[in-house]
Amino acid sequence: MKEEKELESLNIDSTIYKTRLSGKFKNRKPYSLPDPSRVLSFISGTVLEILVKEGQEVRKGDDLMILEAMKMQNRLKSQQDGLVKKVCVKRGDKVIKGILLLEIEQIHRIPS
Amino acid sequence: MALKSKIKELQERREKLLRGGGEQAIEKQKALGKRTARERIMALLDEGSFNEYDLFVEHDARDFDMDKKTLPSDGVIIGTGTIFGAPVAIYAQDFTVAGGSLGLMHSRKITKIMDHALKMKMPLIGINDSGGARIQEGVNSLAGYGEIFFRNTLSSGVIPQISVILGPCAGGAVYSPALTDFVFVVDNISKMFITGPEVIKTVLGEEISMEDLGGARVHSEITGNAHFFSSSEEECFAQIKKLITFIPWHNGQKARTADTAEPDPGFNIDKIVPDDPTLPYDVKDVIKSTVDNSDFFEIMENYARNIVIGFGRIGGRTAGFVANQPLEMAGVLDVDSSDKAARFIRYCDAFNIPIITFVDVPGYLPGIDQEHAGVIRHGAKVLYAYSEATVPKITVILRKAYGGGYIAMASRHLRSDFVFAWPTAEIAVMGPEGAANIIFRKEIMSSDDPDGTRRLKIEEYKKMFANPYVAASRGYVDAVIEPSETRRSLLHSLAVSENKMIQVPEKKHGLPPF
Repeated sequence: MKEEKELESLNIDSTIYKTRLSGKFKNRKPYSLPDPSRVLSFISGTVLEILVKEGQEVRKGDDLMILEAMKMQNRLKSQQDGLVKKVCVKRGDKVIKGILLLEIEQIHRIPS
Repeated sequence: MALKSKIKELQERREKLLRGGGEQAIEKQKALGKRTARERIMALLDEGSFNEYDLFVEHDARDFDMDKKTLPSDGVIIGTGTIFGAPVAIYAQDFTVAGGSLGLMHSRKITKIMDHALKMKMPLIGINDSGGARIQEGVNSLAGYGEIFFRNTLSSGVIPQISVILGPCAGGAVYSPALTDFVFVVDNISKMFITGPEVIKTVLGEEISMEDLGGARVHSEITGNAHFFSSSEEECFAQIKKLITFIPWHNGQKARTADTAEPDPGFNIDKIVPDDPTLPYDVKDVIKSTVDNSDFFEIMENYARNIVIGFGRIGGRTAGFVANQPLEMAGVLDVDSSDKAARFIRYCDAFNIPIITFVDVPGYLPGIDQEHAGVIRHGAKVLYAYSEATVPKITVILRKAYGGGYIAMASRHLRSDFVFAWPTAEIAVMGPEGAANIIFRKEIMSSDDPDGTRRLKIEEYKKMFANPYVAASRGYVDAVIEPSETRRSLLHSLAVSENKMIQVPEKKHGLPPF
């Protein structure tokens, strides 16, 4: 189990240390800002029903689809007002966590 | 005459039961590279020391045609014996009998030996090799697990509890090992998970092999559920036997002392640690250069390698070692290393084992993943564990001891009994680079040559603060010692703290940040 790893650099409080880096550190998931236009599967499951069509206008809070996981029917809601730009899955699809399901394009209304 | 025939009957009955699940099942077990439950017990205990109980126990389940099935000894062997003369209570699940499945009587046998171990104050060893709950016995099987978990908790901190995973240990069954002190796993044999690959595939659509989900390597390297990894059952038993020599039989006594010798002079303690605090070295060499026979028994070797924990002896007495490892992740404290160290400190405290801490810590690992994984909560465990521990605590600051890392690593402020520092120690609020950047920010920014000024200020800070003498002048360090004086200092500190007694506020129990 002993693999010889090369020494790399690690910055702690402005000091650069020569050390081995762990796999967990190197493979850590990069953080990305939440993007309300991309609706992702928050859990692995099955697409039970898609409630919107491409091009359809939706309001923040509208139901977009039902994702069944762990025997629970989860209603995925739109995080913003906009148009359904793309539906990336179809009914019955099994999806793992973090998959892009729908894209919602924000529309900027001209105040009347 | 009657006696003779009755003895013969006993012998026949025994012989039948000693065959466990029968030839076919035993052959299957062997084909998997596994020994039988009985062979395992024999391999682990001193020769001829095993006394078996409940050989004749049978289940009385009726549903699902269970009344037509006989399960020899109900699939588990229990008894007592010795390891290097130390008394132990042991159970071993027999996979050849109904897949080692846990029914009511099976669980009653286990709880019987657990009660015995607690009452007689001796270590308990559980060998797990079971397909899980005996579904035919329904809620009785669940009751059995619950009774085991309850006893694991009751015995925790009173008697050492060792779990050996030599086969599957899935579903609720995993929680007994998780509640015990040390978990041993063997490559390609141990499998531990709450939900298996099949369920994960059906429910979540994710595919993974049993080995990658919950094999020995996974639990030794990723989850931290296992404390000892080996590549064969034989090696595993040798590890268990060695562990038994380091620990006391119960919390009312100290570990037995052993006849030992000086460390190997090949570890030249003056040459191990580079002067430059940014360069790595193997802190295990420092430990080996101070312990008897240079024999360091490492625990969780492959998990959170940035901290090293394990047992060694100083003058024949067991001590628990905690050391930052500059070779891995610069020896930072993070979620996993905090968790690993804190639990070990609490183990030592529960079982009267003095704690020796070697410090070379740059601080905490920065990162979104660390913050979101709860480095605050996990890091607090180290503070809690060291503060709570009433066993003798000896600290040796080898090199860096910066900021929060300094406080956490058994500092004087957490009531370490003896704090030593090497002349190479740098006890400061942070590394010179970081400190200079903050303190001399204005001067650096307004300089015509910011980089030159920064370098100058860093050097200035280093000269003034990157040493052990500021802390020593406050009494936070008791003595600055040469590296070659370390073993002598440890021997002396342990000798004079033999009768350490301190009062702690009365409480039911504290609330460590689990």
